[in-house]
Amino acid sequence: MTLSAAEHGFLSPTGVEIAFLLVGLVTFGAALVTVTTRQLVHAALWLVVTLGGLAVEYLLLTAEFIAWVQVLIYVGSVVVLLLFGLMLTKAPIGRSPDADSGNRWAALTVAVAAAAALVWVVVDAFRTTWVDLDGPASGTTAVTGASLFQNWVLPFEALSVLLLAALVGAIVLSRKAKAESNSPPVNSRATTGGSPSVPDSRNHPIGGQAPVGQSKSAVEQGPAEQEGAR
Amino acid sequence: MHLAYPAVLAALLFCTGLYGVLARRNAILVLMSVELMLNAVNLNLVAFDVWLSRTTRETLHSGQALTLFTIAIAAAEIGIGLAIVLAVYRNRGTSDIDKLRDTAEGHETDGPDSDALTAEQAGRAGKTEATA
Repeated sequence: MTLSAAEHGFLSPTGVEIAFLLVGLVTFGAALVTVTTRQLVHAALWLVVTLGGLAVEYLLLTAEFIAWVQVLIYVGSVVVLLLFGLMLTKAPIGRSPDADSGNRWAALTVAVAAAAALVWVVVDAFRTTWVDLDGPASGTTAVTGASLFQNWVLPFEALSVLLLAALVGAIVLSRKAKAESNSPPVNSRATTGGSPSVPDSRNHPIGGQAPVGQSKSAVEQGPAEQEGAR
Repeated sequence: MHLAYPAVLAALLFCTGLYGVLARRNAILVLMSVELMLNAVNLNLVAFDVWLSRTTRETLHSGQALTLFTIAIAAAEIGIGLAIVLAVYRNRGTSDIDKLRDTAEGHETDGPDSDALTAEQAGRAGKTEATA
């Protein structure tokens, strides 16, 4: 281990390392733009770049199946769900000046301190560790599927139950507020938007559309992963 | 490949997500930052699984299996989280988490949703908080 690490210095990177570094720079830059931009829809679109860059990193680490699952689930459905959420909450299209809260400098201090500590510890711990990427890929669909269905069957099935519960829960959450808004005592404290009748009648079609979009995409998530795992 | 490259990238992505969670005001942007943090953890899991499966010859592939589970749980989390955000938006008319201060202490002066409340609703909210 130490002998192989002595052969590989940081000053003579391999091609995979250079590619990883370049894609990592793009990924990190897109993540920075995601958390700092003031245009909400642009944040979701830069999140696509970040997640796609991470999929390329998984490919470079020979985890092929994880990369395609990442593209399917994250880029395919999670970002679409986020964009649905942005549209259903009537997010402003242009620049919104109140995207960042007042404690952003405290947040920046905490994040920079955490980044410095984590990078220092991680570099100090794994400076000499070498990952051998040659040989057969360790993350192909065959290998991942075999290990998943030989060793991880019970958690896998429990996870499908969790996805079903989350789907049912999302539908219940989207329907319960609609039923509650008909009973005045519960809703009287919750409604704050001026006269109750106009916002309610305007917002009810949104509430009716919300479970449809969520359940459809959640249904797509479940079979997509299970079908891919086989 | 040195293991330091993916580990450092994962640490940086995690701290970016941490900044987003702390500094953003819109609830959906906070959810995006949570996704960034989850992805940083996924990258760590994949990198260490590739390293351990080569050095110790373990064939369990626990890192990649856990990554798949994390992705599925993140999908469930984003569904539930968006349903909660939409329910809050429908009830309050905002998804600004700085204005959702009903359970906070020490903010009675500006009150919950101070700009959106009419005087009558402010009196009612004060009454319910007094009884609570």
